Amino acid sequence: MKRLKRLKVISVGVALVMAFLQTPLHAEKLGFPEKEELRFGFIKLTDMAPIAIAYENGYFEDEGLYVTIEAQANWKVLLDGVIDGRLDGAHMLAGQPIAATMGYGTKAHIITPFSMDLNGNAITVSNEIWKQMKPNIPKMEDGRPVHPIKADALKPVVEKYRADGKPFNMGMVFPVSTHNYELRYWLAAGGIHPGYYAPHKGDVTGKINAEALLSVTPPPQMPATMEAGTIYGYCVGEPWNQQAVFKGIGVPVVTDYEIWKDNPEKVFGITAEFAKKYPNTTVRLTRALIRAAKWLDDNNNANRPAAVKILSQPNYVGADYDVIANSMTGTFEYEKGDKRDVPDFNVFFRHNATYPYYSDAIWYLTQMRRWGQISEEKSDEWYKELAAKVYRPDIYTQAAKSLIADKLIAANEFPDFDKEDGFKSPQKHFIDDITYDGTKPNEYINKFSIGLKKSNKL
Amino acid sequence: MTTAVTLTEKEEGKVDKNNRPSSVVLKKLLTATGLPLVGILVFLLFWSFAAQQVDTSLGKFPGPTQVWEQFGSLYDEHTAEREKASAFYKRQEKRNEQRLIQDPSYQPKIRKYTGKETFLDQIVTSLITVLSGFFAAAVLAIPLGIAIGLSKSLNTAVNPIIQIFKPVSPLAWLPLVTMVVSAVYVTPDPLVAKAFITSMVTVTLCCLWPMVINTSVGVASIDKDLVNVSKVLRLPALKHVQKIVLPAAIPMIFTGMRMSLGIAWMVLIAAEMLAQNPGLGKFVWDEFQNGSSNSLSRIMAAVVAIGFIGFLLDRGMLQIQRVVSWDKESASL
Repeated sequence: MKRLKRLKVISVGVALVMAFLQTPLHAEKLGFPEKEELRFGFIKLTDMAPIAIAYENGYFEDEGLYVTIEAQANWKVLLDGVIDGRLDGAHMLAGQPIAATMGYGTKAHIITPFSMDLNGNAITVSNEIWKQMKPNIPKMEDGRPVHPIKADALKPVVEKYRADGKPFNMGMVFPVSTHNYELRYWLAAGGIHPGYYAPHKGDVTGKINAEALLSVTPPPQMPATMEAGTIYGYCVGEPWNQQAVFKGIGVPVVTDYEIWKDNPEKVFGITAEFAKKYPNTTVRLTRALIRAAKWLDDNNNANRPAAVKILSQPNYVGADYDVIANSMTGTFEYEKGDKRDVPDFNVFFRHNATYPYYSDAIWYLTQMRRWGQISEEKSDEWYKELAAKVYRPDIYTQAAKSLIADKLIAANEFPDFDKEDGFKSPQKHFIDDITYDGTKPNEYINKFSIGLKKSNKL
Repeated sequence: MTTAVTLTEKEEGKVDKNNRPSSVVLKKLLTATGLPLVGILVFLLFWSFAAQQVDTSLGKFPGPTQVWEQFGSLYDEHTAEREKASAFYKRQEKRNEQRLIQDPSYQPKIRKYTGKETFLDQIVTSLITVLSGFFAAAVLAIPLGIAIGLSKSLNTAVNPIIQIFKPVSPLAWLPLVTMVVSAVYVTPDPLVAKAFITSMVTVTLCCLWPMVINTSVGVASIDKDLVNVSKVLRLPALKHVQKIVLPAAIPMIFTGMRMSLGIAWMVLIAAEMLAQNPGLGKFVWDEFQNGSSNSLSRIMAAVVAIGFIGFLLDRGMLQIQRVVSWDKESASL
C-alpha cells in the first residue's frame, strides 16, 4: 500500500515537472481536442458545403474530431438543437446567433468563430408573376432583360393584387434570416413596404403596414409551396432557386450578389459555453472548416465539380447534380435558357469570406432595427458590443495562425491579423446605392426612406 | 419453379391418401396461388400505365421498373457505405496509435462510424423502435387491462379517460413527448438517443389503448362457469388470474396486440417523418426534401418496403397467436 502511495506521489511529481517543462516550450502548440465526438446540424442548402467537405476530405479527422453530420427539418429545430445540446454546432443563418444572444426568439448565447460563405441566395417569382413583371423590365439588344432587376418592376403587380383584394404573399426562410432582410431590402428599394415587426407588442409576424406579406417556409419546401400557389415568390439559398427553373415553375429575378455585393451569408454557430468548455475543440473545428472553405475556392473553383458531386448525395443536399452545379460552378440560370456568368455567386474563401467581421454582424442588427425587430433606438456602442459578443475573430485568428504555422495555408491568404480591426471599409455595392459603414450603424439606419429610424417606435 | 413442383407433388401425395381426384386439388392450388399472382400482375400493369400519365415537377411518376432499379441502387449504396465504414475504422485505429505515442495517458476508444445511415440501417432502426415501443405498451397495457376487466368499479372509473384518449392521434402527442423527453431524459452519456426515446414513447402511447380495451373486454367476458370453478376451488387472486383469466382472455389480448402493432407501424413512420427521428419515415422525408430526379422512385421503394414489413409484422403476430392461443378461430386471417 505504502509503496503504491509513494509511487503515486512520484508519478504525480514527474507529471508536474513535465507539465512545467512543456508549457513554455509548446505554448503555441494546439492541444488535443477535449471533446472528440461531435454532431453538427445543417439545412439542405449548397452553402453547407464547408461542413460536408471538411468531413469528406478528412479535415475533421485530421484534427482528431469524429463528426456526425445531420440534416435538420428547419432553422428553428436546428437552433433549438444547438441550444439544448443535441447538436454541438451547426450551419446557421448569420442572424441566428445575433438574435439568440440578443434574446429575440429563444435566448441563448451563441457565438460564431467562422463565417461560412458570401452570397448564394436569390429571389424567385412564379411564372404567373414573371409574366406580369416582364413588360416593366428594360430589355437588352438581344431581347433578354437587363439585370439587376429592381423591385420597381414588381411594384405595379403588387398594387394590382392589392387593388383586387388579394394578399401578395412571399416566402422567406426565417424571421432573422439573411433572406428575410435581403427580400425586404430589395422590396423596399423598389418602394414596396415589406411590413414591420413589433415584438414589444407581441407582434412577431412582421406584417404591420405591409404591402407584400412575408411568411416562413423551410428552404427545401419553397418550390413546392410556390407551385401550390400559397406564395407568389420567395428568397432562398441554392439549389432551391435553380430547382424552380428546372421544374419550370418559376423564374429567379435577382441574386443577392446584385442586392449587396459580397454579402455575408451563413455562419458556423456554437454555444459560448461550448467554446469555453472545449477551447481546443473549438479551434480545431474552425481549422477544419477553414481548410474546407479554401479547398472549395482553390484554383478558381477547380474543385467545385467534385464538391457538387458530394453535395448531390442524398445525405447532404441531395438535389440533382445539374441543379446544384448551375450555381456552384459560377453560372446562374435566370429564365430558362438565360444562363449568365456569376463567378462569385458562391464564395467560400476568397475576399476573406471566412473571417467573422464585426461589421457583418452590425449590418444584420441595422436591418433588425429597420424592420422593428429591435423596437427601440440603440447607441452605436450597443451595436458594437453585441457584435463583439457574438462574432469571435479571436478564435478564428488563433485557428488561422496555427494553420499558417503548420504550413497548411499561406499567411497571405488571410487578412493581416496585426492590422485587422474587424470592420470592413465602407461598402458601396448595394442595389439602392446606399453606402454602409459598419462603424456608424445609426447613421446608416437613418438613410433609408422605408424603415424605422432614429427614435421611431411602433 | 422447383418449389411449385414439389408443392404439387406433396399435394398429390395427400390426394392419393384421401382418394380424391388430383384435378380438383390442382384447381384449388391454382386459385390459391394463381389468383394472387394475376392480381399482382394486373396491379403492376395498371401501375406502370398510370405512372406514365402522371407528370410531376420532378418528372414522371415512377413505374415498377424504376422502383426496382432503386432497390438495386439502395443496396449498392449500402455496400459502398459499409466499405467506407471499414476504412473509417482503419484510419481511426491508426490515429489512436499515433496519439498514444505522443500522449501516453490517452485512453484510445473506438467510435462508431460517423457516416450516413443507409436504407437498410433505417429499416433496422424503425423495426427496433416499433418493437420496443410495442413491448413497453404490452407491459403496461395487459396488467392494466386485466385489472379493469376484473373490477367493474375500476372499469367505470377509468373508462371515460380511456374513451377520451383513445381517439387522439399519437401525432398530437408528439410535440409534448418531444419536450418532456428532452426535459426529463438528461444524462451526460446517454445509453440510447433521445430521438429513439421520443419515437418509442409515441408508439407506446398509440399501442396502449387497443391493448387495454381488448384485454379488459376479454377478461370481463370470461365464461361464468370458469369463474365459478375458480370460486369453488377457492383459488387465490393471483392463481385465479394465472390459471383462469389469462388463458381465457388470450385470444382477445392477442387480437388487441395485433391491432396495435399495425397501428404502431403506421404511426411510427409518420412520427419519424415529423420529428426527423432516424428511421424509414426520415428516409421518406429526406428524399422528399431532396427533390432530385430519383426522389420519387426512392420514396416509392420505401413505400413498398414499409408495406412489406408491415405485412410481415402482422403475419409474425398471427403465428405467435396461433401457437399461444387455444381458440384457433380467433387467429384466422
